[in-house]
Amino acid sequence: MAKKESNFVSMVATLSVVALVAAALLGGVYEATKEPIRLADLRKRNEAIEAVVPAFDTVPSDQIVKYGMDGDTLILYPALKNGIVVGTAVETFTNNGFSGEFKLMVGFDNEGAIVDIAVLSHKETPGLGDKMERDKSDFHVQFMGQHPDEFNLAVTKDKGDVDAITASTISSRAYCEAVQRAYEAWKATR
Amino acid sequence: MNQWKNFSKGLLKENAVFVMFLGLCPTLGVTTSAVNGLGMGLATTFVLVMSNLVVALIKNQIPDKVRIPAFIVIIATFVTVVEMVMKAYVPALFDALGLFIPLIVVNCVVLGRAEAFASKNNVVSSIIDGLGMGIGFALALTALGAVREVLGSGSIFGLSFLKGDGMLLFVLPPGAFIALGYLIVLANKLKAKTT
Repeated sequence: MAKKESNFVSMVATLSVVALVAAALLGGVYEATKEPIRLADLRKRNEAIEAVVPAFDTVPSDQIVKYGMDGDTLILYPALKNGIVVGTAVETFTNNGFSGEFKLMVGFDNEGAIVDIAVLSHKETPGLGDKMERDKSDFHVQFMGQHPDEFNLAVTKDKGDVDAITASTISSRAYCEAVQRAYEAWKATR
Repeated sequence: MNQWKNFSKGLLKENAVFVMFLGLCPTLGVTTSAVNGLGMGLATTFVLVMSNLVVALIKNQIPDKVRIPAFIVIIATFVTVVEMVMKAYVPALFDALGLFIPLIVVNCVVLGRAEAFASKNNVVSSIIDGLGMGIGFALALTALGAVREVLGSGSIFGLSFLKGDGMLLFVLPPGAFIALGYLIVLANKLKAKTT
């Protein structure tokens, strides 16, 4: 078959057809993957909640609180066991990571002490800042059971109580900031 | 054309990374571990094969003057498909590669093969060319990722064999250049032997 000539009509027509077919295909794939993507996000969030609060049986969706702070939204998930609140998981963020934003899930008990912390998403340097992930180091362990009123959420370099990750002071500082923000949101919404 | 030769040229003789130095941005960016390199390589392979296939199919319908935009739309479509499918079914890999997946669109390997090969050859040759180039690219990324992971984190494919820290340099960007340099030496040595 001979090559199509490049005139105005053939160029416009060809590009339109190519774009139309591409758009149709993408629309189809988007519809097909929408539900799995939502489920994958939900599963990740639920796993993080389970990791950071005491054993519970439900997180009622109508009791989830959104709390706006510092230009973004923190989400508080109350965890209930037999209808009684046993802890609250707070989805918090910081914009001061080494590579910008990252998100944590911080669990508090009813007195406001930190139960545990999990990382939801981050872009920190592999091998350095990513040690804040639970399965990469024990960085999160020092926060467990501490109450932010008595435990100064700052790295030792800034006269705080947190031992920073070696060579990742910036990531550690941002982590502390995110936890502090979570605590303030938890306190404000009691 | 001999199809085996057509396939195997991408593995070493015309390897996208080691010989043609194409697509170095994702190469250096994602290869902090062997798994990341492999994931990126396979995603690129898929896009390469699909775009080569489609470009070879419709090459005579596309007027010469608009071929580049048309190729880019085709490539971008497949990249977006890969991105959505990955997000849905392998969210962990997507978290690690997320930023680099959209960059496959501008990976010179993909457009380069569409322009230099698929727009001049038939469908079967183009698929085989895409497959060979893609697998060569994946091999190169996995090798680079493995070297950096072993030296930088003391593990391989996520399995740790070293307690404590590795040489951090190799996880950071300078390590990518250093490791790539030595791998290119190795690839050239191999190439000189086989030809």
